[in-house]
Amino acid sequence: MNWLLVIVGGMVGAPLRHLTDRAVRSRSDATFPWGTFTVNVVGCLILGTLTGAATAGAASSHLQLLLGTGLCGALSTYSTFSYETLRLAEDGARFHAAVNAVASVVAGLGAAFAGVAAADALWA
Amino acid sequence: MTDPRPETVDEPVALRAPVPWSTVWRGQGPVVAVVAVGGAAGASARYGAALLWPAQPGAFPWTTFWVNVVGCFVIGVFMVLITGVWAAHRLVRPFFGTGVLGGFTTFSTYAVDIQRLLDEGRPLTALAYLAATLVTALAAVWAAVTLTRRVSARWSR
Repeated sequence: MNWLLVIVGGMVGAPLRHLTDRAVRSRSDATFPWGTFTVNVVGCLILGTLTGAATAGAASSHLQLLLGTGLCGALSTYSTFSYETLRLAEDGARFHAAVNAVASVVAGLGAAFAGVAAADALWA
Repeated sequence: MTDPRPETVDEPVALRAPVPWSTVWRGQGPVVAVVAVGGAAGASARYGAALLWPAQPGAFPWTTFWVNVVGCFVIGVFMVLITGVWAAHRLVRPFFGTGVLGGFTTFSTYAVDIQRLLDEGRPLTALAYLAATLVTALAAVWAAVTLTRRVSARWSR
């Protein structure tokens, strides 16, 4: 049952990342990887909210496996983030590479904190 | 930027704005299917690692650290092979790069674990984890790309 929840979450999260990336790419400046940035920040926001809800007793362990380990884990990515950062640096856009690394971490952390705070306000 | 249409993990030629919505979704059925299967496999592997090496409360999250570092190393090797050396089927790249490795590595658990460490009164561990993951992951993808290029150049000579 636990494995099934992670598998279903992963089956939804990864394609959601791919489609979001395509949608964002088709509407934004190609020099900055906004697609990966977007899915990572959204993933942090959802996982922060879920973690806050779990602490408040409002999210079951099953929901955490489905949405947290499965969906958020597959929606967000470290491998594509680091590869795109390396590509920016290799293509001579070192400033963009540094901004991508720092902004992703800062925005991801901010989203995680905002999610936990929102869950506290809603359920605690 | 020297290349205005950079290689992406998803596909050889990146979409570039402005593109009509019909182009964004056209022909995506098989890609979405293989990304879903790959994502399920990657997420399961990460869950398996978390069951094998469970995280201790308040401690450095070693399991997620290694999952992300290994995933970054493997994507470096994979992207060099798929863009230069290996003429693979067009669905191999979204399946393995976007699906398996994207599903295996995680940015959300990384961020929320830092939040949790701070909340538990472990600011030094949180800061060490934040910096160590970022630096090691970037070093891993750089080392993998550099090594794979060097080895494949030697082979093709």
